Amino acid sequence: MCLAIPGRIVDIYEEQGLRMGTLDFGGTCRRCCLHYLPEVAVGDYALVHVGFAISQVNEAEALRTYQLLQDIEDVIAELDAAAPELPGEQGEAR
Amino acid sequence: MKYLDEYRDAELASKVLQAITRSLTRPWTLMEVCGGQTHAIVKHGIDALLPPGIELVHGPGCPVCVTPLEMLDRAHSIATRPGVIFCSFGDMLRVPGSATDLLRLKAQGADVRMVYSPLDCLRIAQHAPDREVVFFAIGFETTIPANAMTVWQARQLGLRNFSLLVSQVRVPPAMAAILQAPQNRVQGFLGPGHVCTVMGYQEYEDISARYRVPIVVTGFEPLDILEGVLKVVQQLETGRAEVENQYSRAVTRTGNQATHEIMGHVFEVCDQPWRGLGMIPQSGYRLREAFLTYDATQRFAVAAVAPQESPICISGEILRGLQKPPACPAFATLCTPQQPLGATMVSAEGACAAYYAYGRALSNLAEPPSLLRQQEAGVEAGG
Repeated sequence: MCLAIPGRIVDIYEEQGLRMGTLDFGGTCRRCCLHYLPEVAVGDYALVHVGFAISQVNEAEALRTYQLLQDIEDVIAELDAAAPELPGEQGEAR
Repeated sequence: MKYLDEYRDAELASKVLQAITRSLTRPWTLMEVCGGQTHAIVKHGIDALLPPGIELVHGPGCPVCVTPLEMLDRAHSIATRPGVIFCSFGDMLRVPGSATDLLRLKAQGADVRMVYSPLDCLRIAQHAPDREVVFFAIGFETTIPANAMTVWQARQLGLRNFSLLVSQVRVPPAMAAILQAPQNRVQGFLGPGHVCTVMGYQEYEDISARYRVPIVVTGFEPLDILEGVLKVVQQLETGRAEVENQYSRAVTRTGNQATHEIMGHVFEVCDQPWRGLGMIPQSGYRLREAFLTYDATQRFAVAAVAPQESPICISGEILRGLQKPPACPAFATLCTPQQPLGATMVSAEGACAAYYAYGRALSNLAEPPSLLRQQEAGVEAGG
């Protein structure tokens, strides 16, 4: 129910006193209310839930999370170094 | 699609799984709060991929599931009044009350309409000034800003033929209720990512500290969920109990301030009954007095109804993380998504419906759905 999908803002306009916009969701465009994101501009990504943009996607954070995941092998190596010979774990698929 | 596909990478997922396995020294029970996360976990088979030491139990975070039966009956009564256009999110249309559901009422001639956004109701009301437009305003904190803005805008536009049937819920009091129960099994939470885009995670710090429980605000893609599990496990294994933010690309500590303002103008916190869980103090949002003119229960008198829940259904225990769907004698026999007996089967995001949809009704789960297969998934992200 709390479905929220990231879309790219392609235009911003006003309708009946509300800040509205068109967002592109991977090729499908929909009108959304942008009132809750007064700072967003065309080209930004926002998460949209029931026709309302509720959060701007933070590109730097998105990249950072992805980078952390990419570096997960270092975490595994650290764990291995900390506990090199846990009983019963030898020969387990790594 | 940008900001979705990156978080569905099977190779990375297997690395995170490895890190989880290597971090584990003893069994832990984790709860994902949000129904969208439950759906994603079962759909992608994440619970089956996790090491056996980690049990995921499924929380109460599906607003469709926890909407009281009495409220459904009220909705059905209002929807059949002459002159009423009854608007609802698609999720609610099939949910049965004591006697019927909205889709059946529509087939019988009631003017029931599915809306994508609550704002759609205002257009409908403007185009049908001689009709009464009622919106079934359910939802968690993710949805409440949309409902609030719709009421606010109705007043700005001077619309008199629009009202809401409100059944709105808050996550933190439900988490506290679960943790307070003497039989509680939950040792760590995957926090509700989209609820926190609105509310932030500040209000979870108190819960985490008071109950000594790790809470990791988590997104909805497979990699988000796996990283959330890893962070909870790392906290548990090192004896920490903090709020962490896995979903930092969308969530900040204080949330979206602009939403808080309008929510606070239109709604106020109230005690709220939850289907399957009963009354939870301070766990709902109702219209403030200044906006009671938009309250459908004031506009349409409905005779008191006291519907009976099924005596077999164990959805209350499932919502508290005490049981899993297959433990119910009615699961997939007497109770199916077509004929649901209780809260956790009525919506696709309920634990029972998710288990049913992804083949967990079969006694031998020979081949759980694979992360490798989920690349084919279309535009989807849940909450």
